[in-house]
Amino acid sequence: MIEIKDLHKSYKMGSNSLHVLKGINFSVEEGELVAIMGSSGSGKSTLLNILGMLDEADEGEYMLDDIPIKNLNETKAANYRNKFLGFIFQSFNLINYKTALENVALPLYYQKMPRKQRQEKALKYLEQVGLKEWSHHLPSELSGGQKQRVAIARAMVAEPKVLLADELTGALDSKTSYEVMELIQNINDQGNTILVVTHEPDIAQMCKRIVHLKDGVIVKDEKVKQVRATAHV
Amino acid sequence: MFNRDRWQEILEVLTSNWFRTVLTSFGVFWGILILIILLSAGKGLENGIRADFGDIATNTMFIWTRSTTKAHMGLPIGRNFRFKIQDVVTLKEKFPQLRYISPRNQLGGFGGNNNVVRGINTGAYNVYGDYPEIIKQEPMAITAGRFLNHNDINAKRKIAVIGLGVRNELYEKEEEVLGSYIKIQGVNFMVVGTYKKRTSNGDGEEGQKEIYVPFTAFSQAFNQGNNVGWMSITANDGYPITDMKMNIVNEMKSVHKVHPEDTRAVGFFDLYEEYNKVESLFGAMSFIGYFVGVLVLLSGIIGVSNIMLIVVKERTKEIGIRRALGEHPWSIKKQILLESIFLTIISGMAGIVFGALFIYGVNAILDANGPVDMFMNPSVNLGVVAAALVILIFSGLLAGFIPAQSAIKLRPIDALRTE
Repeated sequence: MIEIKDLHKSYKMGSNSLHVLKGINFSVEEGELVAIMGSSGSGKSTLLNILGMLDEADEGEYMLDDIPIKNLNETKAANYRNKFLGFIFQSFNLINYKTALENVALPLYYQKMPRKQRQEKALKYLEQVGLKEWSHHLPSELSGGQKQRVAIARAMVAEPKVLLADELTGALDSKTSYEVMELIQNINDQGNTILVVTHEPDIAQMCKRIVHLKDGVIVKDEKVKQVRATAHV
Repeated sequence: MFNRDRWQEILEVLTSNWFRTVLTSFGVFWGILILIILLSAGKGLENGIRADFGDIATNTMFIWTRSTTKAHMGLPIGRNFRFKIQDVVTLKEKFPQLRYISPRNQLGGFGGNNNVVRGINTGAYNVYGDYPEIIKQEPMAITAGRFLNHNDINAKRKIAVIGLGVRNELYEKEEEVLGSYIKIQGVNFMVVGTYKKRTSNGDGEEGQKEIYVPFTAFSQAFNQGNNVGWMSITANDGYPITDMKMNIVNEMKSVHKVHPEDTRAVGFFDLYEEYNKVESLFGAMSFIGYFVGVLVLLSGIIGVSNIMLIVVKERTKEIGIRRALGEHPWSIKKQILLESIFLTIISGMAGIVFGALFIYGVNAILDANGPVDMFMNPSVNLGVVAAALVILIFSGLLAGFIPAQSAIKLRPIDALRTE
C-alpha cells in the first residue's frame, strides 16, 4: 500500500539546515496497523506529514497504492488527500461552528457529493463510532473522546486507502484513549490500513507492528503481538 | 455559486461575530449613503435650476443695436441705427436653420414712468410689440382669453394680452377683463387675454407685469415705422446658436453698413452659451458627487478588506483542516471572495435603501413647505443605482482579493500548526 525509498527531508532554520529524515525505507501492506514511535524530534511527525502529502520530501520515492506521489500542485494534492487519505489529529481539529454531522460530511462535500447522499453516509459513519444521537451537536458540546470519535468518522467517511493518526490519544485520559484505540482496532479489523504516530508505549502495543524512529532513521521495525484495547476497558 | 452549503457557511461566518460584521458593513453602508445623497443633492439643484429656465427655448440669442464706434462707407462714427423689419426676412433666407425670429419693440422698462391708464388706475409696465411666435420662445400660460395671432399682426389690431400682475393692479377683483380697454401712452387697446409666467426666482413679479400687443399695431400706434428694437432668435435643435451667432451678427453689420470690426454697434446675448455653462456645472457637480462618494466608499472597502484579513487570520487553522480534508485552494479562495462580496452588497443595499428613504424624506419636507429657490425634487435615477451595485460587486471582489490570496498562501501544514 505504501512504499517509501530513501526519503530525506531537511528544514532550513536561518543559516542552519536541520536534517530531520535521513533516508527512510519502509513499506506498509494493506490492512496493517502500524505504530510509528519515537521521542520528540525523531522525525515521526515529519514522516507522517510527508505520507499525508501535507509536506514534501527533498529526496526519495513515495508510492501510494502504486501511484507515485511527486511534484504535486496544491489542487492535485487536495484531490489525493481527499480520496486516498484520512487524517486524525491530536487536537481533533473539528470545525467548531459545524455540527458533528456536518464535520463528518465535509470530505464528501469536497467530492461534490449531493447533500442528501452526503448526510446519509455521514450519519452511517457516525453510527459506526457510536455517536448517532449526537449528530446535531456542536463540537463544544462533546467530550474529548466523543470529539475524537467524530474525527475518526470524518477520516473514514471518504473511504480512504490509509488512515493517518497523529498522536490521536495525546489529548485524552487513558480510559478514553483505550476506548478510542478499541475503535481504531475495530476499524483495522475491517481491513483498513492505519498508521499511528505515538510516543506512548501502551498505545503502540495495541498495534500490530511498531516502527521505532530515532534521529531521522528507523532503528527498529518489529511485528508485535497486538494487545486488544478491550482488555483495558 | 448558488450552493446551499456555501451560503450557509457564509452566513455562519458572518453571523458568528455580529458586532464586528455590523461595524464593518457600516463603512460600506456609509460610503454608498454619502454617494447617493451627494448625487441626489446635485440632481435636486439641477432640477431646480432647470425649472427656473422653465420651457424657455434655450437655443436662443438676443440681438440689438447700439451706436457705431467706427466710420464706415462714408457714414460717420457715433451713428445710431435700428434694425428693420426686412432684416427678419433677410435672416430667414440666409439662415434656414433658424426656427423663430421674433422682432420686438418695447415701451417702458425697469423704473419707467407710468405709461398705462385704466379709469382711475395707472401703472408702469413693459409693453412689447411682438409676433405670436414669442410664446414659443418665452412660454407662458394663458389664463383667460387668447394670445396674439397672425390675423392680429396683419390687421394691426389694437389688442393686448396682459399679465396677472397688470390685471391685479388695474382691475377690481371680480371685474371682467376680456373686452375691456386699457390706455397705453394715450392709445386704447382692447384686452383679449391674460397670462401667467411660471418662474420661481426673484424676477417673478416683474414677469407678470408685462403687456403684449401685436408688433404691427405697436409700430403704428407708437410711430416706429419699420424699426425693430431687438430680436429674439431661436435655432432648430441640433444647430447650436452659439456656432451661428457671429454669422448672424456679421450679416446684420453688413446690411446696416457697419464696419466689420465695430464690436459695439451690434449687441447680443447668447442664452445657449449661458445655459451650457450651467449644464457643465451640473456635470461638475455629479463628478464631485461620484468622486467624494467613491472615495468614502473606498475607505469602507478598505475596512472590509481589513476585517476579511483578520477573519482569514482567525480561521487559518480551520483553512488548514479543510485543506487536509481535501478542499481545493480555489474553493477556499471563492469562499472568502463570496463572503466579502456578500458583506459589501448587503451593506451597500442597506445604504441604497437608506439613501432612498432619505431622499423620500427630503421630498416630503419640500412638498410640505412649498418650493425652495434653486432646489427641487432631489433624486437619483436607476442608472446610478445600477452603477452603485456594479461598484459594490467590484469593490467586494477587490476587498476580498488580498485576504483570499493570503488564505491559500500558507501551506496546509503550517496552517494546521497555528493555534
